[in-house]
Amino acid sequence: MEAATLSGLTKTFKGLAAPALSDVSGTVRSGVVTGVAGPDGAGKTTLMRLMAGLLRPDGGSLSVLGRDPSTQAGNLRLRVGYMPQKFGLYEDLSVLENLTLHADLRNVTGDARRETFARLLSFTDLAPFTTRLAGKLSGGMKQKLGLACALLGTPELLLLDEPGVGVDPISRRELWRMVRELAGQGIAVVWSTSYLDEAEACDEVLLLNQGRLLFAGRPADLTGRMRGRCLHLGGVAGRRRRALSALLRRPEVTDGVIQGANLRIVLKENAARPDPAAAGIEGRPEWKEVAPRFEDAFIDLLGGGPGGESALANAANPRPDSRESLIVAEDLTKMFGDFAATDRVSFAVRQGEIFGLLGPNGAGKSTTFKMMCGLLTPTSGRAEVMGIDLRRSPSRARQRLGYMAQKFSLYGKLTVRRNLEFFSGVYGLSRSAARRAVESMIDSFHLQPFLDAVTEDLSLGYKQRIALACACMHEPDILFLDEPTSGVDPVTRREFWNHINGLVEKGVTIMVTTHFMDEAEYCDRIGLVHHGRLIALAPPDDLKAAAASTALPDPTMEDAFIELINRQEAS
Amino acid sequence: MSPVSPRRLKALCVKEARQILRDPSSGIIAFVLPLMLLVIFGYGINLDASRIRLGLSIEDGGQAAASFAAQLTGSTYFEVFPGSRPELDAMLEEGRIRGYAVLARDFSRLLEEGRDTAPIQIVTDGAEPNTASLIEAFMRNAWQDWRQARARDLGQDTAQGADIRVRYWFNPAAVSRHYLIPGSITIIMTVIGAMLTSLVVAREWERGTMEALLASPVTRTELLLSKLLPYYVLGMISMAVVALAAVHFMGVPFRGSVPALVVVTSVFLLSMLGVGLLISSVMRNQFDSAQTTLNAAFLPAVMLSGAFFVIASMPAPLRALTYLLPPRYLVTSLQTIFLAGDVWEVLVPDILFMTGTSVLFLTLAALKTARRLDE
Amino acid sequence: MSWATRILALIRKELQILLADPQSRKLVVIPVLLQVVLFPLAATLEVRNNTLAVLDEDGGQAAAELTQRFARARAFTSVIHLAGAGQIAAVIDSQKAIAVVRFGPDFSRKAAQGVAAPMQLILDGRRSNSSQIAAGYIQDITTTYFNERAGNQGRPPASELVVRHRYNPNLEYRWFILPSLVAIILTVSALILTALSMAREREHGTLEQLLVSPLTPEMIMLGKASAVLLVGIFQASVIITAAVLVYGVPLSGSLALIYASAVFYFAALAGVGFFISALCSTQQQAFLGSFAFIMPAILLSGYASPVENMPVWLQQATWINPIRHFMVITKSIFLKDVPVAFVLESAIPLAVIAAFTLSAAVLIFRRRFG
Repeated sequence: MEAATLSGLTKTFKGLAAPALSDVSGTVRSGVVTGVAGPDGAGKTTLMRLMAGLLRPDGGSLSVLGRDPSTQAGNLRLRVGYMPQKFGLYEDLSVLENLTLHADLRNVTGDARRETFARLLSFTDLAPFTTRLAGKLSGGMKQKLGLACALLGTPELLLLDEPGVGVDPISRRELWRMVRELAGQGIAVVWSTSYLDEAEACDEVLLLNQGRLLFAGRPADLTGRMRGRCLHLGGVAGRRRRALSALLRRPEVTDGVIQGANLRIVLKENAARPDPAAAGIEGRPEWKEVAPRFEDAFIDLLGGGPGGESALANAANPRPDSRESLIVAEDLTKMFGDFAATDRVSFAVRQGEIFGLLGPNGAGKSTTFKMMCGLLTPTSGRAEVMGIDLRRSPSRARQRLGYMAQKFSLYGKLTVRRNLEFFSGVYGLSRSAARRAVESMIDSFHLQPFLDAVTEDLSLGYKQRIALACACMHEPDILFLDEPTSGVDPVTRREFWNHINGLVEKGVTIMVTTHFMDEAEYCDRIGLVHHGRLIALAPPDDLKAAAASTALPDPTMEDAFIELINRQEAS
Repeated sequence: MSPVSPRRLKALCVKEARQILRDPSSGIIAFVLPLMLLVIFGYGINLDASRIRLGLSIEDGGQAAASFAAQLTGSTYFEVFPGSRPELDAMLEEGRIRGYAVLARDFSRLLEEGRDTAPIQIVTDGAEPNTASLIEAFMRNAWQDWRQARARDLGQDTAQGADIRVRYWFNPAAVSRHYLIPGSITIIMTVIGAMLTSLVVAREWERGTMEALLASPVTRTELLLSKLLPYYVLGMISMAVVALAAVHFMGVPFRGSVPALVVVTSVFLLSMLGVGLLISSVMRNQFDSAQTTLNAAFLPAVMLSGAFFVIASMPAPLRALTYLLPPRYLVTSLQTIFLAGDVWEVLVPDILFMTGTSVLFLTLAALKTARRLDE
Repeated sequence: MSWATRILALIRKELQILLADPQSRKLVVIPVLLQVVLFPLAATLEVRNNTLAVLDEDGGQAAAELTQRFARARAFTSVIHLAGAGQIAAVIDSQKAIAVVRFGPDFSRKAAQGVAAPMQLILDGRRSNSSQIAAGYIQDITTTYFNERAGNQGRPPASELVVRHRYNPNLEYRWFILPSLVAIILTVSALILTALSMAREREHGTLEQLLVSPLTPEMIMLGKASAVLLVGIFQASVIITAAVLVYGVPLSGSLALIYASAVFYFAALAGVGFFISALCSTQQQAFLGSFAFIMPAILLSGYASPVENMPVWLQQATWINPIRHFMVITKSIFLKDVPVAFVLESAIPLAVIAAFTLSAAVLIFRRRFG
């Protein structure tokens, strides 16, 4: 049965030139999980809000459970469950008080309430925490409580806006289990996400980009188009990053990334496999076909990857190769009250290396990161960069590092050019050096058309590019990148990694955090962070190999992560 | 669907009450800030200069001059600093005295000649106009008193002027604190009424809980009432606290009745809650709401309500504007209830006007209360 | 020279943010204009346009002549005639009149005889300040009237009290308000710009971006404080121009001295602003914190009522209030042309406040951010 029908749906917001949604059509069926997928700014939240009757469309028509949500919202509100992106929980009320409020609002009373609460609490495993304030719950528990509130009054349509954000991989699997169970009961579930691996797990998907519908249907249908075009190149000797960029220059190749020891290459339609030797790749390279992923299809729909060049790296001066440990953490601990955000973490990063900290939001990556940059004082332990504690560092030491924060942290009200000029001034570049640096960043990141645009009006992808430009303007030897690609579309992510790879080839040392499991494979070594602890520290392939079992001989990074957490907790 | 379901309304009010009780900042805004302000207003703002620093230059060596000087020195109104004219000029410039009196060289001689006149020169510091006019008034009184007393001593028939008996009703000692405190309470209630509601509604928008509420079956009326009722109760409680503090610690009389106070406070609070709801529904974020509240509610309450400044002396357009401001009515109502009693000729028009502003602002707030995000 | 480059970049950035965003641009300009227009007109303790009630139990010539003179005074635009003593309570209670003048039955006769003529003045104590001023007017008018009578009859006038109001001969309230306003308006914007902009940088994450750069917290504060100084000098110039050209307030002292002392004042305000922002972590808290400082600071500055009327303990407490000191400076430079030494007496406390708050802010800041 069709729970919602969209036809030619358009929505424009005042003050924005491009429509948030433009001519989107599709269906949401009962009994299945429908994914609304796409990067930031694709129009996912607008679509969810339209279905919830919180916005009125400017064009096209929308029918939800046989009614028009913009005129018959009253009737629908009891039949549609909606979980907004920020959960919609009152953080200063307890779990039970939040549930009671929503139960009262939805007329769930008496025996029915007792029974529903018991069912939802055991379903979400929240029963032991009923008196805890919602603000004190972990990200995963908040998400489950938000889901429980949305489920009160047994809705026929359940709208979940980005429920997978900020949730650790284990909770995310539980959430999926719960949602599948609900779909099994005949409820229509809509799950919006910017993670393409989540979209792939949905029964059906509406794939959006910049307000337009790219694809509607079963994810496998889209992925199926890529069959035969996705390859691994194993056995590469020497520098994999140089090999990758050589392959990306080949006309047959449309996209490629590093995946552990292998290069993962996507070919153009009907293209032949290129000869690795002809691309100058050493060793005994060997092609092997692998299963296509949803992301491959998405990039293909967008016209392929960005190639392998990095103008930023090309313009950079090579650093002398010393291979010494530039970044050292020793027993690093940060307590917030009696909660250890970072718990006895130790690692060292060598010059010219990409070191990644991998873990879900809230695991303690950013806390560790900020201690390394001198932004937070460790409760105990040592954090040194170039042998110096940055908290007490002279400006001279900080002149040698670049930092890109997790949250967009340039001056949103200023134009792109002014931001660039400001940061060149902050790093004390002389007038002529500043002018050269700004020009070079404009060229490297193709910023010319946006120079006089106010930065906060740009898309997330461009904001991140400018943030990276500002962090690199003074040619730092060490780059700290905190979740540089979170929320941006896969093509921009590739572009970022081109820059990162290129800079490392020039001898820049990079420390990066990410919660994208696949991105971890681009790093030389990764540290897995869970509940503030570093539970593993090794090259990506070693981590996957360590997690392999007979049941799962070729685990993904996420499988490996979950396996390692389970082992950690078992011991 | 009925506009108000008792169950939903109760659930929302209970939620609001829990949040008030758990959030220290609402407690601070509702109780601590008012008491702090009351103390500041009560002690800090005082237009009665009880001991004005007055310079005195006696250039006449006669007995009459000495006698008048003695009277000034003994006066409770003045703290007298003797000195020469140049010295006093310097002190006046530096603000160490607010005025000085000169008893000129022929002061006693002119008086002795029986002409009953003697030149006294008063110089005040016009940079403090209020104090300057008080000095002028006090000096006239002192001079008249001294002349009459002297005439009596000499057995002369003196008074050719009027014998003016001055009486201040409701406030016999003309203590400015007694009328400034009702004005201050008005300002405090304005801040509580508008600031508290505008911040809580804006917070719901910021934290995304408003989106969850809008997606539930809650109606516009329920949404509005669930914000009005709890903060109305909170406002009434803080009025009780502030009024008790004013009467018991600041010594302000309370001559009216509690029911009258409840009625005027109620209609006033409803107006200001309406203003707060209106601002936050439009702004939807705490920062802008707080700033707008400051400019649209607090400043007018200070400047235009008559709490401190005199409405009658303002230019006509400003005077007209004050009729739109609920604080204006609360100021006269509170001054009357505290100092005079239940004078219905004053209270009834005030209550009617405030009922009008309540209806006005609540209607506007209701119209602006969104049922959708793009409204 | 990279040090200078960095500070200049910071100042330029602050000004760009302030002027690029329409909302903050409004914040710089609109309150200033609004307050320059509204405050001098609204903030007045003068008494005008009131109603006076007269109960004439005398019916004689002197009472009638006096009543006419009262009606001509600027304080009273209308005069109500009461029929009997019973109506007094009604007009006062209902605030129909601010005062009732009651002439006794033999007022004119006694006046003619040169005997003290009985006259009663009943005032509304709910508005005791206005009432007192109104009473002063009535007494003045009465005294003048009797003096003139005495003069006409060849008798010497009753007294010769020559009052001169120095610096402000007509006791224009605006001459008092506008110099005070220079101090007040600058306070609000300076605090908002320091406390809130710091909190905003923290909330938006830009502060971290600055702290990982070679900038030190002191440089960041210096950059902000300099920008605030520039904006404040602009706002001060607007108010001073309006005061002199529109409201006709005399500027007796040296303009340069006002600007020079404004530097001390801004250092003190910036110190308070940074101190507040160092204690707060959100804009919300910074706003409440600034509000909690600004409101008492303005009211206890000598603006709402003179500092010397406060209890001694409170007078001493106001020493830490920068507005109080700067207001003394502006008022005395505007109206009195005081010497530099006198200005220094108030500028030194400002410097002390600035030194204390700025170093406290830097200390807290350094402790929180390494």
